[in-house]
Amino acid sequence: MTGGTYLGMPAFPVAAREAVRDGVLRANLRRATHTIRDRRARAVAELADWDRLRAAGAAVKDHTLRHLDRYLLQLEEAVNAAGGTVHWAVDADEANRIVTEIVRATGEREVVKVKSMATQEIGLNEALEAAGIAAYETDLAELIVQLGHDRPSHILVPAIHRNRAEIRDIFRAEMGRWGRPAPDPLGDDPRELAEAARLHLREKFLHAKVAVSGANFMVAETGTMVVFESEGNGRMCLTLPETLISVVGIEKVVPTFRDLEIFLQTLPRSSTAERMNPYTTMWTGLGPSRGADGDGPSAFHLVLLDNGRTDTLADETGRQALRCIRCSACLNVCPVYERAGGHAYGSVYPGPIGAVLSPQLRGTDSDIDASLPFASTLCGACYEVCPVAIDIPEILVHLRERVAQGGPATRDGIRVRIRPAHGHAAERAAMRAARLLLDRPGALRAGERLLARARRLAPRRLPGPGRAWTDTRELPPVPAESFRDWWTRERGTGR
Amino acid sequence: MRVALFVTCVNDVLYPRTGIAVVRLLERLGVDVDFPAGQTCCGQPQYNTGYRHETEPLLRRTAEAFAGHEYVVTPSGSCAAMIREHYPRIGRKAEREGRGSGLADAARSLAPRVHELTEFLVDVLGVTDVGAYFPHTVTYHPSCHGLRGLGLGDRPRRLLAAVRGLRLVELPGAEECCGFGGTFAVKNPDVSTAMGTDKIASAAATGAEVLCGADNSCLAHLDGLLRRADVAPGTPHRPVPRPAPRTLHLAEILAATEEEGPLP
Amino acid sequence: MTSKDRILARIRRAVPQPPPGPDAPVAPQIPRDYLRVHGARTPRERVDLLAANLTEYRALVHRTDEDGLPLLLARLLAERGSRTVLVPPGLPPYWLSAADQTRVHDREASTPQELDRVDSVVTGCALAVAETGTVVLDGAPDQGRRRITLIPDHHVCVIRVPDQVVDSVPQALEGLDPARTLTWISGPSATSDIELDRVEGVHGPRTLEVVLVGAQ
Repeated sequence: MTGGTYLGMPAFPVAAREAVRDGVLRANLRRATHTIRDRRARAVAELADWDRLRAAGAAVKDHTLRHLDRYLLQLEEAVNAAGGTVHWAVDADEANRIVTEIVRATGEREVVKVKSMATQEIGLNEALEAAGIAAYETDLAELIVQLGHDRPSHILVPAIHRNRAEIRDIFRAEMGRWGRPAPDPLGDDPRELAEAARLHLREKFLHAKVAVSGANFMVAETGTMVVFESEGNGRMCLTLPETLISVVGIEKVVPTFRDLEIFLQTLPRSSTAERMNPYTTMWTGLGPSRGADGDGPSAFHLVLLDNGRTDTLADETGRQALRCIRCSACLNVCPVYERAGGHAYGSVYPGPIGAVLSPQLRGTDSDIDASLPFASTLCGACYEVCPVAIDIPEILVHLRERVAQGGPATRDGIRVRIRPAHGHAAERAAMRAARLLLDRPGALRAGERLLARARRLAPRRLPGPGRAWTDTRELPPVPAESFRDWWTRERGTGR
Repeated sequence: MRVALFVTCVNDVLYPRTGIAVVRLLERLGVDVDFPAGQTCCGQPQYNTGYRHETEPLLRRTAEAFAGHEYVVTPSGSCAAMIREHYPRIGRKAEREGRGSGLADAARSLAPRVHELTEFLVDVLGVTDVGAYFPHTVTYHPSCHGLRGLGLGDRPRRLLAAVRGLRLVELPGAEECCGFGGTFAVKNPDVSTAMGTDKIASAAATGAEVLCGADNSCLAHLDGLLRRADVAPGTPHRPVPRPAPRTLHLAEILAATEEEGPLP
Repeated sequence: MTSKDRILARIRRAVPQPPPGPDAPVAPQIPRDYLRVHGARTPRERVDLLAANLTEYRALVHRTDEDGLPLLLARLLAERGSRTVLVPPGLPPYWLSAADQTRVHDREASTPQELDRVDSVVTGCALAVAETGTVVLDGAPDQGRRRITLIPDHHVCVIRVPDQVVDSVPQALEGLDPARTLTWISGPSATSDIELDRVEGVHGPRTLEVVLVGAQ
């Protein structure tokens, strides 16, 4: 039961072409993103102080990132004091190894999982499977993805690319292979499908001994972990099993319990467009009874994950991406995401935030990562809705520069100089030539006159890279006279 | 009042009518217009594609060309946003890279003097009725850099609403990007085309004769799609109702009067 | 070098350290000019808003006074057709004095399977938040262990109004102890995972009934 792998993903434009031509996918995405977009706007408009909450959220995150070492140490101390155990993982392999060893030590062969971006990022399910341990996703959308041998395409709604009929077919075909089969007959009403998931997962929850989660926030001063969810699968996983393992990116820490007052207001409204999501659980280590009352796990492990985050932190422009609280508002408003779908981004982090996170967490060496910074029109809709004010267009342009021109970056903790990407050599030459022309108004004027004389010869279709324009669009007609020449003719020379 | 026109390279080379319209409009409103000949391109295509170093000479040139002008007016939201938002950023980066404060100073000096046309009309001149006459049904697409970068708000629509004879119809999903995005249009042609096709379909569905915008680069993309009947095979698109609208820069509408008519 | 040391060293290289050194107190510069409360309300308006917001997210809201509470709870359990009801250790006995369902007392040894066979659960709460339509449980004796409000399909939660109702999220956090395990509940469980269409009732209790108890 493995998810797909992201290795060897084609560059974004190639992957997006398939998605753009898939009419069912386009319709699914359009309906879903437009629905949530409007609802988010209404939920946000309810709060007169939204901009101030947004600024405060960004400030808390920036402050924490500036003192991340101190807050992680404080967090570790508080979690230990509350009966938990803290582990540190430099990369995905180390995190997977730690989790696998903890599960092995319990003697269990199965774990239940709460939806977690961090564990998807490190490919935990695949690592556990390789160790003979089955990981069951319990979030409805994750279940759809897992049963469908598919990949998630959205942060909040990983199965957003599937419509109800497709989901019904997946449930019918696959549920029986992994546990309780889907009821027969099964319709495609979302209510019926949710009921099928309830029945299928119930026995897993009631028997599970080990659970794996992520966390939306960790509070340094108290050691409190926070998980936002809707379905109750999170509560099941966080409450019933004996051992709980939370894998959390180091950037998820906030200094104080009070800081949650900001994010408890901004995250649900940005994410599910609700005033508050149905369930939020906050736990501190093993709780006040130290696990003695059988309510909640008797062992709690927190795995703090770096996996490229400190490299991202080292970049002055790019580090603001670490403010992200994974609400997915940027995906829902992105016109590129709406048409290309999540899979084209070749990462568990799709959409605008993925386009700035993946090339920072993974580097820009692969085709897909080098193409992601260009997968945007820089329209700015993502920045406008971001509840922690990440200037995604600014980071995109910054990363474009890293790909096109090269420049300094940090990889695995070491400062390196990225060389300009080979694929951009022709473009680099063209940009230079254009700049040389544009830096001399006389040359520009001569060029304009040449163009005007040849205007009747303008082709409808361009060869080479110009084809990308003329395959679907006419070229603008060339005027008989440039503005510059008109001005000179009418008004004499410029001042 | 004297202003310097920053016509932008796209308008200079491909859309001189827009520049001529701005001159006619401003002069009608009693403003003297200069055209500093040293201007070329603000460097946005280079910068947004990742070539910051190629942008720097153009920043310097643009700043020099408009030195001494109290008001610089440009009929392009995205070029205005480039100068106001990104020039200072480019300057700061050069400073941090230890290359002195020259670029930063140039950027800081120019940025606050640059006004997008509708901002200049509404905020500086304080007019919304510019005395224009344009007896057509018009829908307006607010380009992203003007809408979100500069925060132009309803200024363009207020100007259009005051034009005599003009019937303004709202464009559904107006705030959504048209898919041009500079080099995005050729780096991601399929997504770009899909976005543009949706935009022109929305515009056509309004029944408007004219799809108006304030950025000719976005309009070039939409116009190119409108004039190409045979959208690429295999690219799903909503059929565009006929007759499809034609694209027109806002300045050309505002420049048209009952006495003089539209531009020749 | 341990992974912990490596990560901390990378962080310290990545961000310029503040001059006084890592042990100096950190004074966060967080602009907290956002609102503590969104609008001024009388206690009555606060309770009404809570009720409206809970209702919008498909919780069933009932109102009664102290005297009417036993009969109301008995009616809700009867209408549901419940035969068994879970009782937290510190639930005021008179709450269920009129109900004839079999009481199931939560014990440490109760297995999830046993809890799964109980029809309903009745609890109090730590506090409720009007602006978001949220009930917060903190495991106090009138609420019991987390699992008893999770596994049964029918949760009846009693809120004393207006005393237990705060306006806003910031006020709620002030009144809560992070050392206790906290469960924030805003309506019954729900999912929007299928076409972003909201469906109430997945794994948690599919029916949440809230009883507002106070002078009417």
